Amino acid sequence: MSFDASAGRAPTPVYLRLTDVVKTYDGRTNAVDGVSLDIRRGEFITFLGPSGSGKTTTLMMIAGFEALNGGSIELDGKDLARSRPYERNIGVVFQNYALFPHMTALRNIEFPLRMRHFPKSDIKKRAEQALALVGLSRFADRHPRELSGGQQQRVALARGLVFDPDLLLLDEPLGALDKNLREQMQVEIKRIHREIGITTIYVTHDQTEAMTMSDRVAVFSGGKLAQVAPPLEVYNRPANRFVGEFIGDSNFFEADVDPKRPGWVDIPAIGPVRVAEDHGRLPSQGTIDLLVRPERIKILTANDGDHMNALDMTIDALVHYGDSVLAIGTSRGRPLRMRVAGTPPAELKEGARLRVGWAPQDAHAVARS
Amino acid sequence: MTATTITDTPRHRPLESRSAAAWLLLTPGSLFLILLFVVPIGYVLLLSFTEPKVSLDHFRRIFTTPLYTSVMINTFRTSLIVTLSCLLLGYPLAYVIARRNDAVSLIFLTLVGLSFWTGFLVRTYAWLVILGNRGPVAATFGVLGLEPPQLLFTSFSSTLGMVNILLPYMVFALLSVMKKIDPNHMRAAASLGAPPTAAFRTVFLPQSLPGVVNGSVLVFTVCLGFYVTPILLGTPRDMMISQLINQQIEELLAWGFAAALAVVLLAVTSFLMILYNRFVGLDRLWG
Ligand SMILES: Nc1ncnc2c1ncn2[C@@H]1O[C@H](COP(=O)(O)OP(=O)(O)O)[C@@H](O)[C@H]1O
Ligand SMILES: [Mg+2]
Repeated sequence: MSFDASAGRAPTPVYLRLTDVVKTYDGRTNAVDGVSLDIRRGEFITFLGPSGSGKTTTLMMIAGFEALNGGSIELDGKDLARSRPYERNIGVVFQNYALFPHMTALRNIEFPLRMRHFPKSDIKKRAEQALALVGLSRFADRHPRELSGGQQQRVALARGLVFDPDLLLLDEPLGALDKNLREQMQVEIKRIHREIGITTIYVTHDQTEAMTMSDRVAVFSGGKLAQVAPPLEVYNRPANRFVGEFIGDSNFFEADVDPKRPGWVDIPAIGPVRVAEDHGRLPSQGTIDLLVRPERIKILTANDGDHMNALDMTIDALVHYGDSVLAIGTSRGRPLRMRVAGTPPAELKEGARLRVGWAPQDAHAVARS
Repeated sequence: MTATTITDTPRHRPLESRSAAAWLLLTPGSLFLILLFVVPIGYVLLLSFTEPKVSLDHFRRIFTTPLYTSVMINTFRTSLIVTLSCLLLGYPLAYVIARRNDAVSLIFLTLVGLSFWTGFLVRTYAWLVILGNRGPVAATFGVLGLEPPQLLFTSFSSTLGMVNILLPYMVFALLSVMKKIDPNHMRAAASLGAPPTAAFRTVFLPQSLPGVVNGSVLVFTVCLGFYVTPILLGTPRDMMISQLINQQIEELLAWGFAAALAVVLLAVTSFLMILYNRFVGLDRLWG
């Protein structure tokens, strides 16, 4: 049905495989509704989606805290269904860290080693290494309440990694941190992932986090996977309108495919526009959604050839971001957003009427759901 | 203390008038406490070494007469037994209520709450019926053709009654602490390799200990001064200190000696509270 090429199945050997996973809490609605996903060894994959879309539930099923109502989860070829959470070798970092308040940072990190009966001499060495990995060697004897949010986060990370788990699961780990610290921790988590190469699933509802950190992004919507693809592909070639609108800023036009004019679609009230053949294979007829990112739209000059799709835009408001300006306006009564990088040109003023446009290959067509 | 130390800011006048208003609001409560607590306690203190003459004879008698020391010991032993029983019964109950979020936990909570809101006098009389000669326990023995044992008016029935009455206090004290333990801690423990029993022992139990201390101190101190239940359900042979106090007043009109006993009870309770405050903090006693 979809004419987008992206799919959940990865080409290289599979490490974690989710097949038609279903979870219902109330017996009527599915919190997770048939999720199939293959994750490669060493991959950093992000679960991205709005609140309530089933990300945490999926993670909790992988960790073994919630039972499946359908489907299966295999890790390295073995079905996880029969192993209890404490028998799985999976590190979990919770959003609120879940550090044990009655233990010091070091004792927290030693906990999984003691529970797994590592040799005594090993326990101390490994715990200290893990503390060093997250740069907290000096804070070994502090209790969680004596550590800042970012430091607690690092302890939780070290605790989840210290026993060499097969998989690292992080559920919105940076949600409680302020912006600067969040960016710092993003870099840190990526560094650690590079250093030890552990297969990582990272849950977030922050699209920037997903875009900057992941090898691939799995976009959740209503318990289903809307798309699984590398970040740039999700951004440039979303599988459907939901993904396109959820990630980044967007202009969506309903457009009719003209069976008699290949390479052209007709946007009601605006007129025919050209689309590049290779940007989403178009169905031969019917209505599609045409996505044009605001930064792909530019103010046309005399030098721009007539291969550009051109519109008249009335500017209603300008939003200055410093490094760019977002122009919010209309074209023939339809809302239109244009983002201009750098210093805005003089003619870009509120109330102005400008000739704007985009190149055919900068539009992306998706099927209507 | 806090309001008057902030005098170096220009805003100190409104702060002071605000603290004056606070004192005004505190007046009725303070008067109430002074009239109904400080004055009677002061009077009892006074009586204990002035009635019938100024001396410490009453206290000497309490600590040297075997009858009275055995009452003291019995009071402590009973309180300890009641506290431990409440803990053993209350901990699993509170655990289930705190950890499960379903009908079972709601039912348990309702039962505990109902028994809390049913006055202790009502429950004491209920035990009189249940354990009495024509009660269900005796009837069961009768059906089986056995001679019913003497249950009522023993230290067993009195202990049972007190456990029943004080159990809700223990459960609520435990609950207030257990409810604050992050449920993710048990999940985290499992993901880190701890089987359920190990997770309970290493993660849940240590974090619930303040509740154990709170509940035990609460039950123990209430139990030390328990009067109605032991007198209705118990036996004069296993007298508790408050029964002795009552006996001294009602039967012997020995006000001075009764006051001295009350002072000893008060001193022991205060000592426990001071210890508790030192190590845990009194403000945590009520959650
Ligand atoms: N323990 C639970 N009991 C009942 N419903 C739940 C529970 N956890 C999650 N849900 C429901 O399942 C759906 C998915 O939730 P969740 O997996 O937490 O989403 P996300 O992590 O993407 O925000 C939501 O509708 C949520 O209300
Ligand atoms: Mg979630």
